Amino acid sequence: MTSLLEVAGLKVAFNGTSVVDGVSFTLERGECLALVGESGSGKSVTTRTLVGLPGYGARVHADRLRFDGTDVTGFTDRTWRRVRGARIGFVLQDAMASLDPLRPVGREIADPLALHTTMNRAARAARVRELLDSVGVPEPEVRAAQYPHQLSGGLRQRALIASAIACEPELLLADEPTTALDATVALQVLDLLGSLKGNHSGLLVVSHDLAVVARLADRVAVMKSGRIVETGTTDAVLQDPQHPYTKALLAAVPSAHAKGTRLSAVERPAASASVQDPNPASEPDGKPVLAAVGLRKSFPGPDGVARVAVKDVSLTLRAGETLGIVGESGSGKSTTARLLLGMETPDAGEVLVDGTAWTALTPEQRRAHRRRLQIVYQDPLSSFDPRYTVDRVIGEALGVAGYPRGARRRDRTVELLEMVALDAGYLRRRPLELSGGQRQRVAIARALAAEPEVIVCDEPVSALDVSVQAQILDLLADLQERLRVAYLFISHDLGVVYHASDRVMVMRDGTVLESGDVRNVFTDPQHDYTRELLAAIPRLTTRAAPPPTPLGV
Amino acid sequence: MTAGGATATGLGGHPAAVAIAKRIGVRLIAGVGVLWGAATLSFIALHVTAGDAALSTVAGQGANPTKEVLDQVRRDLGLDQPLYRQYLDYLGRLLHGDLGRSYQQRISVSQAIGEQLGQTVQLAVAAAAVAVLLAIAAAVLTARRRPWRSIASGVELTLSATPTFVIGIVLLIVFSFTLKVLPVSGNDGPRALILPTLTLALPIGAVLAQVLRAELEEVLEQPFILTARTRGMRDTSVRVRRALRHALVQIVTMSGFVVGGLLGGAVITETLFVRQGVGQLMLSAVTTKDIPMVLGLVVFAAFVYVMVNLLVDIAYTLIDPRLVTR
Repeated sequence: MTSLLEVAGLKVAFNGTSVVDGVSFTLERGECLALVGESGSGKSVTTRTLVGLPGYGARVHADRLRFDGTDVTGFTDRTWRRVRGARIGFVLQDAMASLDPLRPVGREIADPLALHTTMNRAARAARVRELLDSVGVPEPEVRAAQYPHQLSGGLRQRALIASAIACEPELLLADEPTTALDATVALQVLDLLGSLKGNHSGLLVVSHDLAVVARLADRVAVMKSGRIVETGTTDAVLQDPQHPYTKALLAAVPSAHAKGTRLSAVERPAASASVQDPNPASEPDGKPVLAAVGLRKSFPGPDGVARVAVKDVSLTLRAGETLGIVGESGSGKSTTARLLLGMETPDAGEVLVDGTAWTALTPEQRRAHRRRLQIVYQDPLSSFDPRYTVDRVIGEALGVAGYPRGARRRDRTVELLEMVALDAGYLRRRPLELSGGQRQRVAIARALAAEPEVIVCDEPVSALDVSVQAQILDLLADLQERLRVAYLFISHDLGVVYHASDRVMVMRDGTVLESGDVRNVFTDPQHDYTRELLAAIPRLTTRAAPPPTPLGV
Repeated sequence: MTAGGATATGLGGHPAAVAIAKRIGVRLIAGVGVLWGAATLSFIALHVTAGDAALSTVAGQGANPTKEVLDQVRRDLGLDQPLYRQYLDYLGRLLHGDLGRSYQQRISVSQAIGEQLGQTVQLAVAAAAVAVLLAIAAAVLTARRRPWRSIASGVELTLSATPTFVIGIVLLIVFSFTLKVLPVSGNDGPRALILPTLTLALPIGAVLAQVLRAELEEVLEQPFILTARTRGMRDTSVRVRRALRHALVQIVTMSGFVVGGLLGGAVITETLFVRQGVGQLMLSAVTTKDIPMVLGLVVFAAFVYVMVNLLVDIAYTLIDPRLVTR
């Protein structure tokens, strides 16, 4: 029997720049292959080429490209159209952007049926309900009539999968199917994808996260710079990685390493960057710099009824420590952060900065206090003015911090850049000319400009590839050691929080379910929800023998 | 399970309907403000500029009115009143929907506009339709399709930079004087409408095409377009049936520009092709300082503007359901 998919020597170039450079792999029926690599490794382009849509201006060459034994290299768009959606289904990353926002999801799901089958409208509607039901969407009738923005992330992704499998394709391609989802939801979607893999169909999953695909894939191919550097069964690759890049990817998974261990192989920034270290050998229990007592906040919903976003949250953050706040979207963690930063006024309760309550301060005093609290967001691109250079971004923050324009400010800018391991060469760059990791470094440098006591990190690494994420986490740890800055570390990713925090708070529906020392909470969770979250961490366990992780629950 | 997100529609259409009604209400109030502003500004502009309305009212060919006659005319027209008095009287009449009487034509302004409106509406609707259709065709056919994209873009740039009367004259020279296939002027029949329509439509359509293409190219980059294609849809269907709807939001947003272009262009086009219509009416009213007529036309134009923008606001919610439930 022929392989479902045979790829040999696949090359794709855009305007002469090679993106995929000689990729070869096969996929059998009933098998799941994972293509793993960082953004820019060419994995997405490879998948798109498999449905004849490599992108605008692409030049494709392949020694062999066969789908179900048929050579597809000479396919015209017309021939491709009979395959796409009918025999090959495609699930793209972010269902919010991958479903047409102006159409009800039911109509999106019915699209392939209208294109490839002779079903009439009523039959298509019935099939759509059946599909939604089969991918675990409750109330299919209601959901089919809703627009993507009215569905939760998990439901959207399920609807997108339903549209991809509408015509029961033999091959399902999934490009980062869970990257935009909360951990527990991602787990459900992965399991759904796994259940779709039948005896006659194959599944190709693309991801930047080895841990995610480990759960699903039979075999793994690791891609770097347009080439496959390592391939093998999932167990073999995870247990005994051969290529240094695979090893680096594995080491970068934060959930397996507690605070204090390093994730990246990158050198620490040279200590020569002259930073005045206030008290290098201070006691582990620093003074409380930020505290909250009984915070409560509600917002009016679209129907006018108030929804409680945060209720009875109390916390203390000491100098030099990291407090992690974990929770899924809507758990109230970002609202808590806004309350702490004084950007929202609590309905009840008090926020104390250095022992003084926000509410007791005059507006001028608040401004001075605000400098002590800085924030780093998930997506620095949207928190930078795209026309500003790095120099201006940091310079502006220094201006607020009281550095007058001139040589001193300039020196300090370079110094801050060095602290985040960037050199003066980045001064003239603009946000769009930086990679995701570099942007986050600049965001950290900007936060450091005011010499804050507390930096609130709101999902600081959630938008980054695993390996870049590792570098940023290491950088944050180094800076804390040197500057004794306290972090409030907010994330939906338990693995990241485990790695980054000393203490952790688990939030759900605006309340704190559990809090305490990070090791205690993780090894001996008291609440069912915490256990559920822990179980959802993508882990590098293999079917053969789980590697010893401190999270072995 | 992940059962969130459904609340918006779970509440039914009621809050959404309230939201839309509220939006329209606010817009209406703002619209009244715009009308008042237009009336006031043009009132001031007409009264501070040079020229004697009474003189130009009685001054026919070779007439030489005596001071008594002029005073009589001033009294009749209310021009002897202090300015604030005239202004308040004018606003009072406006509140009752009375635009006043034309000094020149001796009929009510509403009647004069009503008589001329049909021809201009015909021209404007035809031109708007042609402009939008040309823009959509040009954008859909050439977006992200190299050589065609640059060629179309160049033509559009030229057309949008050319004054309306130049386009009209060129069209006249080619189709009326040289090829002799279309009439030079007049209001008779659909054939007489073709050249004025094109004259009015081309520059507006060119700008719309530029905007629409840019928007379309952005939409074509979106993942849901790729998704539609991975389902086996052909490129053209994706453009027309998926991407276009997103891009049309821009056209709706630009209807204000289109209406402005049509009103302004109508004056030039109607003059050039010697057509009857509101544009001609406006031109003669301004040259003879027929104050009530000019004011009436300005208020009327502002009214059209306000109504169009109100319709645009409603149209948004029909095109993009997110605006209602977000």
